[in-house]
Amino acid sequence: MKFSEKWLRTWVSPSISSQELMDQVTMAGLEVDGSEPVAEAFSGVVVGEVTSCEQHPNADKLRVCTVSNGKETAQVVCGAPNARTGLKVAFAEVGAVLPGDFKIKKAKLRQVESFGMLCSEKELGLSDNHDGIMELAADAPVGTDLREYFDLDDLAIEVDLTPNRADCLSIRGIAREVGVLNNEAVSEVEVPAVAAVHDETFPVEIEDGKGCPRYIGRVFNNVDVTVSTPVWMVERLRRGGVRSIDPVVDITNYVMLELGQPMHGFDLDTLKDKIVVRKAEKGEKLTLLDGQEVELDSSELLITDASGPLALAGIMGGENTGVSSETKRVFLECAFFAPIEIAGKARAKGLHTDSSHRYERGVDFNLQEMAVERASALLVEICGAEPGPAVLAEKPEFIPVAAEIELYADVVSSSLGMTIENQRIEQILTGLGFSIVDSSGGYWKVKAPSWRFDMEIQADLIEELARVYGYNNLPITAPTAALKPQGAQEQETPVNMLVDRMVSLGFQEAITFSFVEPEAQKQMFPNEESIALANPISADMSVMRVSLWPGLLKAVQHNLNRQADHVRLFETGQRFRQEEKGLEQVDVLAGAVTGTRLSKGWYEKGESVDFYDVKGDVEQLLSGIRGVQFDFLPGKHTALHPGQCARIERNGKLVGYLGALHPSIQKQLGIKQTVYLFELRLDRVLKSELPEFTPLSKQPVTTRDLAVVVDEDVSVSSVIDSIREMAGEDLDSLTLFDIYRGKGIDSKRKSLAFGLTWQHPSRTLTDDEINRFMDSIINTLQTRLDAVLRG
Amino acid sequence: MDTLNKLHEDALAAVKDATSAQILDEIRVKFLGKKGEITAQLKSLGKLSAEERPAAGARINEVKEAVANAINARKTELEENALAEKLAAEQIDVTAPGRRQLTGGLHPVTMTLRRMEGFFTNIGYSIATGPEIEDDYHNFEALNIPSHHPARAMHDTFYFDASTLLRTHTSPVQVRTMESSEPPIRIVCPGRVYRCDSDLTHSPMFHQMEGLMIDEKVSFADLKGTIEEFLRVFFEKELPVRFRPSYFPFTEPSAEVDIECVMCGGDGCRVCSHTGWLEVLGCGMVHPNVLRASGVDPDKYQGFAFGMGVERMAMLRYGVNDLRLFFDNDLKFLRQFN
Repeated sequence: MKFSEKWLRTWVSPSISSQELMDQVTMAGLEVDGSEPVAEAFSGVVVGEVTSCEQHPNADKLRVCTVSNGKETAQVVCGAPNARTGLKVAFAEVGAVLPGDFKIKKAKLRQVESFGMLCSEKELGLSDNHDGIMELAADAPVGTDLREYFDLDDLAIEVDLTPNRADCLSIRGIAREVGVLNNEAVSEVEVPAVAAVHDETFPVEIEDGKGCPRYIGRVFNNVDVTVSTPVWMVERLRRGGVRSIDPVVDITNYVMLELGQPMHGFDLDTLKDKIVVRKAEKGEKLTLLDGQEVELDSSELLITDASGPLALAGIMGGENTGVSSETKRVFLECAFFAPIEIAGKARAKGLHTDSSHRYERGVDFNLQEMAVERASALLVEICGAEPGPAVLAEKPEFIPVAAEIELYADVVSSSLGMTIENQRIEQILTGLGFSIVDSSGGYWKVKAPSWRFDMEIQADLIEELARVYGYNNLPITAPTAALKPQGAQEQETPVNMLVDRMVSLGFQEAITFSFVEPEAQKQMFPNEESIALANPISADMSVMRVSLWPGLLKAVQHNLNRQADHVRLFETGQRFRQEEKGLEQVDVLAGAVTGTRLSKGWYEKGESVDFYDVKGDVEQLLSGIRGVQFDFLPGKHTALHPGQCARIERNGKLVGYLGALHPSIQKQLGIKQTVYLFELRLDRVLKSELPEFTPLSKQPVTTRDLAVVVDEDVSVSSVIDSIREMAGEDLDSLTLFDIYRGKGIDSKRKSLAFGLTWQHPSRTLTDDEINRFMDSIINTLQTRLDAVLRG
Repeated sequence: MDTLNKLHEDALAAVKDATSAQILDEIRVKFLGKKGEITAQLKSLGKLSAEERPAAGARINEVKEAVANAINARKTELEENALAEKLAAEQIDVTAPGRRQLTGGLHPVTMTLRRMEGFFTNIGYSIATGPEIEDDYHNFEALNIPSHHPARAMHDTFYFDASTLLRTHTSPVQVRTMESSEPPIRIVCPGRVYRCDSDLTHSPMFHQMEGLMIDEKVSFADLKGTIEEFLRVFFEKELPVRFRPSYFPFTEPSAEVDIECVMCGGDGCRVCSHTGWLEVLGCGMVHPNVLRASGVDPDKYQGFAFGMGVERMAMLRYGVNDLRLFFDNDLKFLRQFN
């Protein structure tokens, strides 16, 4: 809501500065978004009259005008095509200073002297209009200072209203607030009934009373639409952000800004039979004032006549029935449409109008009679219109009933943490238009005014009290509550612990968008069905991620494109998958690594990171989950290199994958180096075991080394599993300390060397026992894995 | 006797010239060994008279001891020299950088969230989280925002279908917590939220932290106290704070909270649009309809709720001037917070 401060001050004018006024309403919940002078600074500009206008002797596009300031005349050279004899103009005399500190001096244009300048709106900073010079009204008093004539020493104030405060979408509403805040009376505009001068009416039938409980129509004859709207009205409209169109539209807009009631003027001669307010039928069409044709469905409320739809009720009129320059007779509509019927309808059609904005938030349901009289008076005054009687059509059962709310002083105190005096409570409420129906029972029964659609319960009233009293005048306390210990479950590993480990491992945390580009994701996860947004912000953010990898890879690309040579990124967050049992959103931790093993330095030789570096990182990370074994098994994943992919399991349940990005996907992404990826489901990671004490053994440790030669495709983990199985329960540790390929070994085989240690809790293990373990390990490895002891 | 003196002198001279432990050992054998030259002198004592023998023996032993001491002293000296040489050879430039993995770091949004969570967990709040793909009920209906409500226009919502959407705030987590637990409730709900809006100052995804306190006696004054204290602790300074009436369908009374602009100290600058104030937070007393919808008796319990944008807090705290930087994941940006 944008309005002229001067207009507001004609309703209520507390003796506070503009800034104080704006601060005050802001702190009462009507947030001032901004304010600007209604005109830029200028001086020395008066209303002038062009008394003669001749062609410039030396320039086709210039005229030489004689301009009167009421006392004397001056010769002015002017380039505007609309300069003509008799025109009232904005005349900047010699010595005038225009916006931008532009001083008007005596000048010579193509050998003709010029004393001053005729100004366009743009040159005066009134608007961006530069189509010729300003044409002032014929009755503009010559010689009057232009600032005075237009009353330009004013501020246009814009308040950003919350959706519950439709009551402040008018000067009247703002004035009411300012009145209460300053404890000052508001002078309402006087609206006497305008007597009918004829008895012509146009019938109105309300078919949909729920949508339109009240409709006042009035016929005006002999409406002169050729007159120009008075300056004061044009200016108030302009300062309210509304463009002047024609006197009838201007008057309806003016009343809307003044009182908050949207209205619509029809050209009566275009209407057929009668007005029917009804729901649309599916398939009906209507061409709106803006030229747009809309197709209607059965949810929309329409103003129709015998020929079909005329207007989208409360939103916008139709093209063919609006007031035009030909109009002689006007049918004025002033209705109450129910907010719930209008809400969302304009948005659904891509429309947003001053009218829909007000109706969907709520227009005072008792305002229509006053508004129609106000508009009638203005139509009579400005357009010489001849009004018929105002005719009311009404469905009283659908007219809202103002809420009656009980208010208890002790609840006010406990809610706000302080007591407000009863008298002050009553003063605030009545000032805001509430009526106190009853206060005899030790509490108040309060009736909300018809313009407040946001008053239902006691808390609503308490907010009004707090708001007017001033939130910042309310006390401040520290809440008190019983100390309730929050037990941390020791086996539930906090995600932050893993995140901190990632940081210690040299990973940088990333945050990528949860929606990704569908194609890239499809390539990596052809078997996952992405969940698509119905209204994405753009095509490359249109499906939900099924993994954090697409986002991380985008981040990797971003950094590689900026010459990063050492990239270690990780992210935690939800991924979204369509599983058989429905939507699955689980938290995962994922990482992407590429480039050098270590950051640039004298000690690194530019070695690239490899699978085992990243596996080591993941192992380090998972070692934070106490007492739990995670298995890394050869795996297959559509996004990963088929020969460098580990499936990570815990007790046979899939936890995630680790591997090199599939080279063909890597190529498609235009990445020139191997990228390693991993992703872990946190719900399957975080649970740890409690440490369990075992007594320390004082027995000596027995150590043996074992080197076996196996085929390349025999996995280390299968060798380790067999060793553990056969080494007895006293095996204390098992370490793979060498993998050897080359001289002395078949080229398709590799040598694995292990160190084994045993320790018994209570006695010394004999050589015989250890030898038996070693024998059965070797035999088992031979039979199961074709292993040969390396000599 | 001349022979002994000569031997003594010869031995000391040899020791002095010795350059290694091995040579010293050879000298020891030569003079003091079983067949050594000084040892041989002892054997010659037999030729002397009984009266001469003790004095002569004592003198030979003196020489023997002197030579042995000289050998030991020279040995120690050689060892010390060797150590000094070794240490000198082992000197390195301790000013060269250490060998290590580059330090990683948290995202500034995570850093900010942790500070925010930390304040509230310290005063007895727990952290609650929930799904990001939500249903219309938990995101809107249960929060007193029915489908026709104009407030829906304030939430540019991403939809999947008519009833499934990306949560526009973390309030659904509050609803879910109230549904599943009994008051008193004290939670903060951090997480990602989504609005269908993207420009210089709006990201389609951002983070919020909301909080909820429900108990038998909770007032607006308690809300003010909690928020003021939080802002003071978060920004680590005494900041002027103001509460402005506002509107949220799920709270009544509702307020927006401004702090004095941390960039200009309230003088007015580009960041605060020359108002001297920065809006940082929305809050209010939980609307009875919201309590009722989630099974909390509004006649017995009241509560307050608040919510704020994490990126905004991070921008103000660390002076970041472009929201989009948070999601570009440029290492040069991220490493500034390490």
